[in-house]
Amino acid sequence: MSTNIPIIEARNVSKEFAGIAALQEVSLKVSAGEVLCLLGDNGAGKSTLIKILSGVHAPSSGEILLDGKPAAFREPRDARNAGIATVHQYGGTVPLMSISRNFFLGAEIVKGRWPLRRLDLQTMNRIALEQIQSLGVRRVTDSSRPVGTLSGGQRQALAICRATYFGARLLILDEPTSALGVREATTVLKLVAEVRSRGIGVILITHNAHHAMSIGDHFVVLGHGKVVASFSRGEKSAAEVVGLMAGGVELQALELELEQFKPKAVS
Amino acid sequence: MSSDITRQAPPATDSSSLGKFLGDTMRRPEFGAFIGTLTVFVFFAVVTSGNGFLTWRGTAGWLNVAAELGIVAVPVALLMIGGELDLSVGSVIGATSVLVAVATGIYGAPIWLSIALALALGVGVGLFNGIVTVRTGLPSFIVTLVSMLALAGLALGLTRFLVGTPNVSLSVEGAWRFLFAGKWGPASISIIWWVLVSLVAGWVLFRTQFGNWIQATGGDRQSAREAGIRTDRVKITLFILTAVAAVLVGVIQTMTFNGGEATRGQVYVFNSIIATVIGGVLLQGGYGSPIGVMLGAMTFGIVNVGIFYTGWSSDWAQLLLGLLLLAAVLTNNLFRRLAMRA
Repeated sequence: MSTNIPIIEARNVSKEFAGIAALQEVSLKVSAGEVLCLLGDNGAGKSTLIKILSGVHAPSSGEILLDGKPAAFREPRDARNAGIATVHQYGGTVPLMSISRNFFLGAEIVKGRWPLRRLDLQTMNRIALEQIQSLGVRRVTDSSRPVGTLSGGQRQALAICRATYFGARLLILDEPTSALGVREATTVLKLVAEVRSRGIGVILITHNAHHAMSIGDHFVVLGHGKVVASFSRGEKSAAEVVGLMAGGVELQALELELEQFKPKAVS
Repeated sequence: MSSDITRQAPPATDSSSLGKFLGDTMRRPEFGAFIGTLTVFVFFAVVTSGNGFLTWRGTAGWLNVAAELGIVAVPVALLMIGGELDLSVGSVIGATSVLVAVATGIYGAPIWLSIALALALGVGVGLFNGIVTVRTGLPSFIVTLVSMLALAGLALGLTRFLVGTPNVSLSVEGAWRFLFAGKWGPASISIIWWVLVSLVAGWVLFRTQFGNWIQATGGDRQSAREAGIRTDRVKITLFILTAVAAVLVGVIQTMTFNGGEATRGQVYVFNSIIATVIGGVLLQGGYGSPIGVMLGAMTFGIVNVGIFYTGWSSDWAQLLLGLLLLAAVLTNNLFRRLAMRA
């Protein structure tokens, strides 16, 4: 897999905001059919990196390669046109609108000539339902239901499904499992596996080392704007990863501190 | 919000088609509005029995009131579904009526030119409201309050300056009169305008791409923008539509009452919001139906005209409308929650 030309590659990317370094010399790459897990504590620079990859910010130095060629995204639209789709925590869906209206939001299917041009709701409902079910979300049986009736995992599924249907080659999933219960998170992780098997590249941002270990092919841990560790599946244990990302040193210090609060023997 | 996210969606258990039909009907945004209209109608039909409320004359009476209100309330509802308010419709009605009356009645301009000028004024006010709202990010409540005050003052001041009085008479006959103020017995042609506006608005909201964008803009602006929808343009267009609808009512009133009055129309500001909310539109935006608002305007008309047939003081109409508004807001929330439960 690593012999492929990566869909996207960041080379020594740095970003400064008003003289303060948010990212320093960060490099990573994702190929088709690969899941890269991006780990790190709050403020580690994950969001900044994502915003650079999706065209919201331009890097201060370093470069972004798209299919091996230098790319300059001036706005998110450029990244989207290049097949890079970002799905945020709540899936970017409108709760009171139907599943199919959300699925085709901004790219509605219409029929008829201008003054009478109208939505082709039947086709929209049919395609939306087919697509969602094909990703293994079988519990959704009626795509005219409002999105607000879906669970969090199903909403994520809808957003991922929409992105792939409209031609995404690289999915950036921003904390897709963090608001979900255990079972729902499993559903989303299965969905990521399904998407990967279709040859789509995935960058999965998460706090949860166990979720990352269960699905990731490669791992990049960020801390204070720098790459703290970069490794492949099987090279490190979950405990090591937790230690790396949550600032293992701080955790050890905390454990020592908590020792002092242990109940003393009652006299 | 987070409770909605984590809740597991129950599997669909309702297999009977009648049950599904009833369930779907109850969840429609018009359903609560329909119950409201039916209730006040039955109430006044019983209370005023034999007084003429149910005659053609009585019916046309409340339909006329509903029509002129509905023409403004339906676009106001679209705007509210898109997430904004417009308080300037009253001033646009008043300004239109003096503009048409002064231009044609005093300066002898052809009536089509006066109407075209009024339309240009409407588009201008809508553009101002829309652009200032989306550019500054100020609440549209404040922006349109500004244009309401400014335009009312301008219309009053200019009319008094040019004519010496805020009331200008104008009598229009012929085809123009028929188009905007035609009558069949007691029923006025505004009823047809109202039905047309409501049906077109309903079709646009639920069956066109633009309608989808309106719902998304008011429902979740951030998600709409991420999907590539130009929410600013959607809002500006809606502001223009409400102002143009107010121009239409201004023209209708000028011809119906044979003259213009700068202070006319301010009652429409709150009445249009009342009809919209009674019609099932969510004040927070994102949800509602023009057909529901049509029913909301009917409820308003029935209460206002029905009260005369009871012989009671019209003061009670206000109390009744206040209570109806409270009931509507409460049931709107209930029906919305029902709709979110599959």
